[in-house]
Amino acid sequence: MTTRRDLLSTALTAAGAALVSTPAPAEEHSHDHEHQAVPSDPALRVKALETLMVAKGLADPAALDAIIDHYERKVGPHVGARIVARAWVDPEFKRRLLADGNAAIAELGYGGTHLVVVENSPSVQNLVVCTLCSCYPWDLLGLPPLWYKSAAYRSRAVIDPRGVLKELGLSIEDDVEVRVWDSTADQRYLVLPERPPGTDGMGEADLAALVTRDAMVGVAKLSPPRKGAHA
Amino acid sequence: MNGIHDMGGMQDMGPVRREPNEPVFHASWERRMFALFNSLDLPWPIMRHQIDLIPPADYLSISYYERWLSAIVPLTINAGMLTPSEIETGKVIAGRNEKYHVVTAAEVATWSSPDPNPATFPNMAAAFRVGQRVRARNVNPVGHTRLPRYARGKTGTIHRDHAIAAFHDAVAHGLGKQAQHVYSVRFTARELWGATASPRDCVYLDLWEAYLEAV
Repeated sequence: MTTRRDLLSTALTAAGAALVSTPAPAEEHSHDHEHQAVPSDPALRVKALETLMVAKGLADPAALDAIIDHYERKVGPHVGARIVARAWVDPEFKRRLLADGNAAIAELGYGGTHLVVVENSPSVQNLVVCTLCSCYPWDLLGLPPLWYKSAAYRSRAVIDPRGVLKELGLSIEDDVEVRVWDSTADQRYLVLPERPPGTDGMGEADLAALVTRDAMVGVAKLSPPRKGAHA
Repeated sequence: MNGIHDMGGMQDMGPVRREPNEPVFHASWERRMFALFNSLDLPWPIMRHQIDLIPPADYLSISYYERWLSAIVPLTINAGMLTPSEIETGKVIAGRNEKYHVVTAAEVATWSSPDPNPATFPNMAAAFRVGQRVRARNVNPVGHTRLPRYARGKTGTIHRDHAIAAFHDAVAHGLGKQAQHVYSVRFTARELWGATASPRDCVYLDLWEAYLEAV
């Protein structure tokens, strides 16, 4: 039986072998584009793997393009923001959202996840993490930023949430309860931020425009509208 | 497995820094890597476990999507999707394994929509009720587990009974679904981290019934 270290080195060898039999893209273009970087090693290996998987019929190129488009453009924080804004303007929707996240977002046409929504208040700050990998509500927020996936955040969010929040620019008063949600199973967490002051009478779409990704992960508060550029 | 991936509670990983105007992907190959990994017709627990198995020094020194790249080769070989010779040569040698579904663009278009046929499991009695005190078992499984070390042996309170769901520890090793209740369990920061922790703060973990024992 091959060990995993052998397999890791096999991956390197394979990409190298596959590369030998294909035109070298960096050389081919070097005269026309002198600033073009030589493709990095992972780029070559992924290209070799994709070529093989497509040739074998294991992957459909149109589906691969659709996956990228889905997570790079179709879903993203604008989805979560729409849900948050609806909860702010519709107390009955908010009640349903907190009781059964999936059922509530299905009313807006969203799904794909086992959603749990947790609500911030003047006395409670919620914070979402995945200490074991990088679980995140992709369907509602898109793909997570690097800091969310970093060892620094994953390790310390549970033992020192206040310190982590401070590094991210959010100071929490001593009398506020910090609730950390470690996504260890299938459930995915979305923080329902507090509605900022000065937003009375604003429509749902304008409210959604105020809602940031970081506020829905629990590492930022929302600013009132038209109050300058501070985060 | 007590691997480096189980890093909750470590303190020496440096500060948390935002990247201003961060793009979704930082290189074209990351897009393709993401798509290939997500196109695999394999359960996430199997894929996560393969990432857990990356040796600790490598895990910390390579990038996020390099971990996926490291994992996808043994994943596809172990699943019988690709052969070592195919990886070695980059050429198709064996026929496609028909047991795996090839995802289509039309299916991808439905991924973030409400699921018309969500997976359900036969109802079963819950061993624990909301408000009950429970202890996370002091166990050290050598396989995949979603019970982090920092919670083992600690006492908490059942906050919510989420659902009956497939047990990742079993699914990751092809041992069937072993469906059971999954609970949100609340642990106080002081229970987890001692007397210097904030008296107000708490951590909630989602834990399968098999991880828990009555106090």
